[in-house]
Amino acid sequence: MDAEALSVEAADVRHHESAWQRLRRNWSVRLGGAVLAILVAIAIAAPWLGTVDPTLFDAGSRDLVPGRMGEITTLEGDTIPHRFIMGSDSFGRDIYSRVIYGTRVSLAVGLLAALLALAFGVVAGLSAGYLRWVDGVLMRFMDGLMAIPAILIAIALVALWRASLTTVIVAIAIPEIPRVTRLVRSLVLSIREEPYVEAAVSLGTPTWKIMFKHILPNTVAPLIVQGTYIAASAILLEAILSFLGVGLPPDIPTWGNIMAEGRVQFNEFPHNVFFPGLFLAVTVLAVNILGDGLRDTLDPKMAKRL
Amino acid sequence: MYPFIARRLLSTIPVLVIVAVLVFLLLRLTPGDPAAILAGDAASPDQIAQIRVGLGLDKPIIVQFGIWVSHLLHADLGESFYFKIKVTDLIAQRLEPTLALATLTIIIAVLVAVPLGVLAAWRFGGWFDRALMGFSVLGFSIPVFVLAYILIWIVSLKLGWLPVQGYRRLADGFGPFLRHLILPSITLSVIYIALIARVTRASVVEALGEDYIRTARAKGLPESRVLVAHALANSAVPIVTVIGIGVALLIGGVVVTESVYAIPGLGRLTVDAVLARDFPTIQGVILFFSLVYVVVNLLVDISYVFLDPRIRY
Repeated sequence: MDAEALSVEAADVRHHESAWQRLRRNWSVRLGGAVLAILVAIAIAAPWLGTVDPTLFDAGSRDLVPGRMGEITTLEGDTIPHRFIMGSDSFGRDIYSRVIYGTRVSLAVGLLAALLALAFGVVAGLSAGYLRWVDGVLMRFMDGLMAIPAILIAIALVALWRASLTTVIVAIAIPEIPRVTRLVRSLVLSIREEPYVEAAVSLGTPTWKIMFKHILPNTVAPLIVQGTYIAASAILLEAILSFLGVGLPPDIPTWGNIMAEGRVQFNEFPHNVFFPGLFLAVTVLAVNILGDGLRDTLDPKMAKRL
Repeated sequence: MYPFIARRLLSTIPVLVIVAVLVFLLLRLTPGDPAAILAGDAASPDQIAQIRVGLGLDKPIIVQFGIWVSHLLHADLGESFYFKIKVTDLIAQRLEPTLALATLTIIIAVLVAVPLGVLAAWRFGGWFDRALMGFSVLGFSIPVFVLAYILIWIVSLKLGWLPVQGYRRLADGFGPFLRHLILPSITLSVIYIALIARVTRASVVEALGEDYIRTARAKGLPESRVLVAHALANSAVPIVTVIGIGVALLIGGVVVTESVYAIPGLGRLTVDAVLARDFPTIQGVILFFSLVYVVVNLLVDISYVFLDPRIRY
């Protein structure tokens, strides 16, 4: 993740036509991608996977062990029989439905937090790397931001703003920005020495055009890799925030929230913690494995270093 | 060497200043009235006004910043809203459990990760190497609290070997102290082991390709000495660096681990403070953790001089 590590070779690789083929051959990309594809399918198809509305509860179906039949009361007041595949919580809500719907939240948070961090990091990194007068101040600012542990920034921001999907995503993305900025800046510093940039400069190309047309496209491969890792840690951090009770409101079904409710009765009903925990671990693992595969194929120089 | 240490010390000052500014701005740049946010939903206008005056939020922002900095320089972090004592005292009270947890975690992590990394590098590409790399991805991915509950369930609830939760002070005897700390430390060390093992492996692999390794083998040194005295010794700098960087990970882990295992340390204090909207405490804890992180990495940089005789500043 150093300046030299991601420079010329990383940029070159993207231009080989075989990048896509190499991706498809890579075992990590296949495995991580396949698991992730299944999770995306689950998130989209959540209503048709034998789930009920995850906010529904039934006083008669409290604390059921997995696999038990019970009843659930719909919003209209009808009582319908329902099999609690993963058991129920102390409100009588269906853990399975909540876990399945929780996939939506986790994936959305991972994707959006990564995109947000990348967007801000790219703008800041391009400015720092290309505009001398911005560099000093901006990078000192980023150094300071990096010195504060990510989880503390996120916790404090969510505590101050009202916790909602948007504020949680922004709060998780902010501590990731310095790392992206550093990466982009180091890429820019090496790319701007390339002959084609020199040629563009001597032809009188405006600065913004050089930044976005000549330099930015060459940072894409390392940014995809970085973005994947950010998505993994964002999913993890959102779950941690919810679990600690400082994240999304408890009525939103997220894996962290389900575990936070389940932890109270962990000794008797460990499944309330284990099922969402399993989904969370598998998701983060899949994203990380995909990231490793992308790094190996798109960014060989970086792969050698780790 | 001393000029280097002095220069490195000076270079931390701007970072700490930025951290102080950021923590200051955290509250002030929040949309809406900070006093109303801190007071919570149930507060009366009187209480909000009281908080505003009490924190000096009615003064111009530059004046507020001046007051904040002068308090910081006197090591005054204000008084906790919730605990009603000085934040510095609060941090001092909660320091022992966190320090104990972090120390034991680092010891476990280094003792486990470094030998594993060296072994994997020695048999680079073999089954052990691949298994360790697989474990390391897993270690990065498994959430601390999920791992904590798996361990509690197996070790404490099923086997009954260790207490489920809680903390005993060192002053109450070393046995109970350690028994309560082992499980949290193992939980927390997994991600750290994954990180250190990876870096150890990578740098030892690199070192093993160097000429001096061939020389060491050629002169008939036993393989264990080649690995430890030559390959590992030359990998000391990256390993120590990653231990320093990993402290950020450790701080994040402490917040979660202390919450799961009911350890009354700084991590637990952070969560309690956030839930109670105790802003002076939140600020104090963030500043304290950031200071620890900066100082640890300062020490790491200084240690290069001792670890690598080639480095002469």
